Amino acid sequence: MDLNFTAEEQAFREEVRAFLHAKLPETISRKVLGGKRMTKDDFVAWQKILHAQGWGAVGWPENYGGTGWNAVQQHIFDEECADAGAPMQLPFGLKMVAPVIMAFGSPSQQHYFLPRIIDGTDWWCQGYSEPGSGSDLASLKTRAVRDGEHYVVNGQKTWNTLGQYADWIFCLVRTSTEGRQQEGISFLLIDMKTPGITVRPIIMMDGEHEINEVWFEDVRVPVANRVGEENKGWTYAKFLLGHERTGIAGVGRSKRELKKLKEIARRETAGGRPLIEDQRFRDRIAQVELELMALEITNLRVISAEGEKKRAPGPEASILKVKGSEIQQMLTELQMQALGHYALPYIHDGLDDAWPGDPLMPAYAADAAPLSGHYFNFRKTSIYGGSNEIQKNIISQMILGL
Amino acid sequence: MNFNYTEEQLALQDTLRRFIAKDYAFEHRRALAKSADGFDRAAWKTFADFGLLALPFPEDFGGLNGSAVDSMLVMEMLGRGLALEPYVPTVVLCGGLIRDAGSAAQKEDLLPAIAGGELMLALAHHEAGGRYALDRVAATATAAGNGWKLDGAKAVVLGAPAAGKLIVSARDSNGISLFLVDAKTPGLALRAYPTQDGARAADIVLNKVQVGAEALIGPAGGGLAIVERAIDYANAALCAEAVGIMSALNEITLEYLKTRKQFGVPIGKFQALQHRMADMVIATEQARSMATLAAVRADSTDAAERSRAVAAAKAYVMQSARLVGQQAVQLHGGMGVVDELNVGHYFKRLTMIAMTFGDADYQLGRFSDTLLAA
Repeated sequence: MDLNFTAEEQAFREEVRAFLHAKLPETISRKVLGGKRMTKDDFVAWQKILHAQGWGAVGWPENYGGTGWNAVQQHIFDEECADAGAPMQLPFGLKMVAPVIMAFGSPSQQHYFLPRIIDGTDWWCQGYSEPGSGSDLASLKTRAVRDGEHYVVNGQKTWNTLGQYADWIFCLVRTSTEGRQQEGISFLLIDMKTPGITVRPIIMMDGEHEINEVWFEDVRVPVANRVGEENKGWTYAKFLLGHERTGIAGVGRSKRELKKLKEIARRETAGGRPLIEDQRFRDRIAQVELELMALEITNLRVISAEGEKKRAPGPEASILKVKGSEIQQMLTELQMQALGHYALPYIHDGLDDAWPGDPLMPAYAADAAPLSGHYFNFRKTSIYGGSNEIQKNIISQMILGL
Repeated sequence: MNFNYTEEQLALQDTLRRFIAKDYAFEHRRALAKSADGFDRAAWKTFADFGLLALPFPEDFGGLNGSAVDSMLVMEMLGRGLALEPYVPTVVLCGGLIRDAGSAAQKEDLLPAIAGGELMLALAHHEAGGRYALDRVAATATAAGNGWKLDGAKAVVLGAPAAGKLIVSARDSNGISLFLVDAKTPGLALRAYPTQDGARAADIVLNKVQVGAEALIGPAGGGLAIVERAIDYANAALCAEAVGIMSALNEITLEYLKTRKQFGVPIGKFQALQHRMADMVIATEQARSMATLAAVRADSTDAAERSRAVAAAKAYVMQSARLVGQQAVQLHGGMGVVDELNVGHYFKRLTMIAMTFGDADYQLGRFSDTLLAA
């Protein structure tokens, strides 16, 4: 048991830092650190830079282009990337569908899709939830009916993140209504350019277009794009959700946002003194920092144990999801609260990197503009990826056997 | 960075687990709490045989040179066993203090005696009205003859009734100094009592207690930093003890949820209770992470780093302990509040750990104040 970083680990951190210093474009990091609106190009450009370094998918096995880094190295990488203001690597391709394709896909699927994920060619999105199937995901109704060498897909998916940019969608579809509802689901990879697919924006309460509905009308999908066996998709779906939950701990990003919260609290004044000198507010910052310190170690404990057993994250990942999302929400709430009056203005352009501020407002209003929106936006974190209540069901039923 | 226990550590854990199951069962412990000593002298001898009493001391003084992580492991098991023996006052607190600040002669004199189980110690530092602040010392030390004369009063000195020697803090012209005082010295009066969790403590009055020059521990006026380090070290140990108790409470409560039936089903089938149990498990895992942090940093000689980590851990572990303890009682229904079930005893010990050397609010304040410096 040793929580200190070894000399090798410290050297590794320096290597990551040097890379970020040299290769992370300031035009991108400025947006991330300022909480500004990101474009598709920002994400793709960063993925290509990482890939050129050989770090496009650090958690993948080496034979697929991964790094072979251990859990601690991956943690250091995440932490340094977040701290430097690197964009989050979106999980849909790298951390969701890719592990499923590796574990259950055909050799030709692996050969075709995985290189295009790691090099940033394909943008993936998720087709899981439906209007009538949220927490009860296995009740999903989107139908795929076999017609020769194709499935014909009809139905509607929702809460589809950034699908407006996507080249591919991975979908859970119903291929059978026999038996238990979990037993009639298949896992399809669908080209978003296929005729019959319509993407409709859903505007979130922060005013942003981050999620969509995706409609399927007689969409023909080659049978070759089914992962694994027909009607076994639920097994793959659960495997995928286990991977989704570990990333959701978001320790590196939360450390960055905690730092930002402290900066705001030092800059803002209350009664002529820095807000951080207000004990009531400072104690709330301290409280979220405690939660984050604990989560950082819990996260390392969980992923180290998993690394040793060489297995996918288990139900313990639910603990990370619950605490990680709660911490992210606390941080966005405190950042908003730290602004006082300037939590109120809604300035749509304020999320644009180029917004210069307003001559009638104080200078910091330009930095403050996105923060209330983040608070509203981040209410999603305890809902997505299996709501926190579902996570507690998983803990009580799968870990505790209740 | 690694999170594994060594083979030796796992073996020690296993030994203690078996000892508790066989020789320290709950009914035995319950009887001990009501006995004159309030603990088991035979168990203390066994602890000596196991090496627990020598664990944190250097090999030169009969110790095993164990790390704070070793101590964490022991404390966790002592927590599970609800051990009443004055391990924290004697070995962790005073033993740690002598190890870190004692002279060679004092170490030679005291550490082997502690390790062998012949000597118990208690730290007489806190005073009424000072709450948890460590610099609130009103007791005085005045130069007298070749040494000092001590006067004052000390509050709730844990383990004092069984202690052969006390470490007493007192203020002299240099500041706060520490003195080793034989418990039988004339002028030293104890008002002994049991504590809520079945341990023993005493209020102490010092009336012209004469000590010699050799009684001084560390430099004259240098006592505060020594006590701060020792209390941090003890708080790290208490965090580990609390985690052991929380783990035990979770196991006991989970078993109860699976066996207790109402409305024709085990009560663990009800989602309201499932989620509460999940909250207890989450809190315990997070607390374990923080107790680990405290254990690792408690060995640090960087005072700022050490005290920041321990304050954070004590605050967080005690918040978690409150949740786990209260919910364990609640989920046991009426059985949760009776003396005959171990749940209430675990809850009381958890609560008293929080009230020892700074509760969650006090520690959160200490941690919070470090944000001003950063």
